[in-house]
Amino acid sequence: MKLRPRHHSLWLAYILHRLSGLALALFLPVHFCVLALALHDAARLDGFLRFAAHPAVKLAEFGLVFLLAVHAFGGLRLIALEWLPWPGPQKTLAAAAVSMALLVAGSFLLQAH
Amino acid sequence: MPSITRTFTTTVRRGRPDGHFNETFEVPARESQTVLDVVSWIQQNIDPTLSYRFSCRVGMCGSCAMMVNGMPRWTCRTQVKKVLRNDRLEVAPLRNLPVIKDLAVDMDPFFEKWIEAEGFHHPSRSREDPIEPVSPENPGRVVADAGIECINCSVCYAACDTVTGNRDFLGPAALQRAWTLLNDVRDAARPSILEAVSRSGGCHNCHSIASCTASCPIGLDPMAAIAGLKRETALSCFRKSG
Amino acid sequence: MLDLRLYVLQRISALVMVPFVLVHLGVIIVSAQGGLSATEILSRTQGSAMWFLFYSGFVVAVSIHAAIGVRVIAHEWSGLRGGALLLLTWTTGACLLGLGGWAVLAVTLGPS
Repeated sequence: MKLRPRHHSLWLAYILHRLSGLALALFLPVHFCVLALALHDAARLDGFLRFAAHPAVKLAEFGLVFLLAVHAFGGLRLIALEWLPWPGPQKTLAAAAVSMALLVAGSFLLQAH
Repeated sequence: MPSITRTFTTTVRRGRPDGHFNETFEVPARESQTVLDVVSWIQQNIDPTLSYRFSCRVGMCGSCAMMVNGMPRWTCRTQVKKVLRNDRLEVAPLRNLPVIKDLAVDMDPFFEKWIEAEGFHHPSRSREDPIEPVSPENPGRVVADAGIECINCSVCYAACDTVTGNRDFLGPAALQRAWTLLNDVRDAARPSILEAVSRSGGCHNCHSIASCTASCPIGLDPMAAIAGLKRETALSCFRKSG
Repeated sequence: MLDLRLYVLQRISALVMVPFVLVHLGVIIVSAQGGLSATEILSRTQGSAMWFLFYSGFVVAVSIHAAIGVRVIAHEWSGLRGGALLLLTWTTGACLLGLGGWAVLAVTLGPS
């Protein structure tokens, strides 16, 4: 099937929202299990956290923070669109959601050097 | 000696529900040529068995919509020079609807969903009653007016990814019709409309992708209409529980 | 697929998570400074009723929200319907709720 009917910015916002949500849903069980390790063995968690200090892992974490932020800000845009009687500049708002998410994830990356 | 005319290549997806094939035609370019002109030229000059649907040719009847270079469009008002890419044109039957033959699709599911969405007038008065005056400035009327010019061409329905993934979804056109009726002071079935658009194939399945609004040939905004339905149904849900 | 009830549940759980996510993002950024350690995380969370309530609420909301989201994607992209779809919805929600609850207890109660 051709992708052309989908070549507009709100379709990109939709696919970003869907894929970020799916990725977060897949990541959460791993996240929970790692945290639960703290119950049994703080040393094992520290071992994991040392692994997480690796630059490549930091970059992956940057991705995760971005996914969470972009899903949250993009979701706020959708709820505003649906529940406020105000159409709003949707393309601008979608772009703003991505920019805000990049800003948040970027701050994380700068902090976590 | 015939004059040398510039031509372009048109690929038409043809066939019946049990299988399709692409057929390529060289079509002479003309001034102010529409995609419907191209399809008609092929049917009249090369293959009279090519099936397609059209009626008014002036963008009013909504019967000639097809996929043109991957986008759903009203072909009678689509200028070839605006959609031609590398001197090529691809014409296919509308997406999301079953093919009958060649470029003609079965519009039944599309219109059945209008009925399912209560997309028809529910009279509040009989013919014996005097005509109810409706002010054009009435807020509900203003909202309804924004959506009533729909020509039922199904371009939005073909553009919608949610319809592709969820065959029960009523789609942009039917829901926009329900929204105009919900805001029409003369319509007597507000609760039935709200109930109809709240079922499992209703407005809540829409993901606000906005392909409907991006592709509507007459510039309507079905996505905003569906957002209005979500707002009204959610409000009525809170009122009921609150 | 999504009726009014599921839609409202998904949007309400989303709105509930707005403050949770904002605080969570803040905590992530602040605590990322200078690297993470188990002691650092646990000293903040262990024995804290506030963090227990915060993360419990977050886990409940995310379990509902993700279960409905996964349901929509599974239906639209893989054609799952009926009982199988219902099972997937409930399994997703129950898994996240179970694992999330385990994690919340782990970081707020601690080993003792």
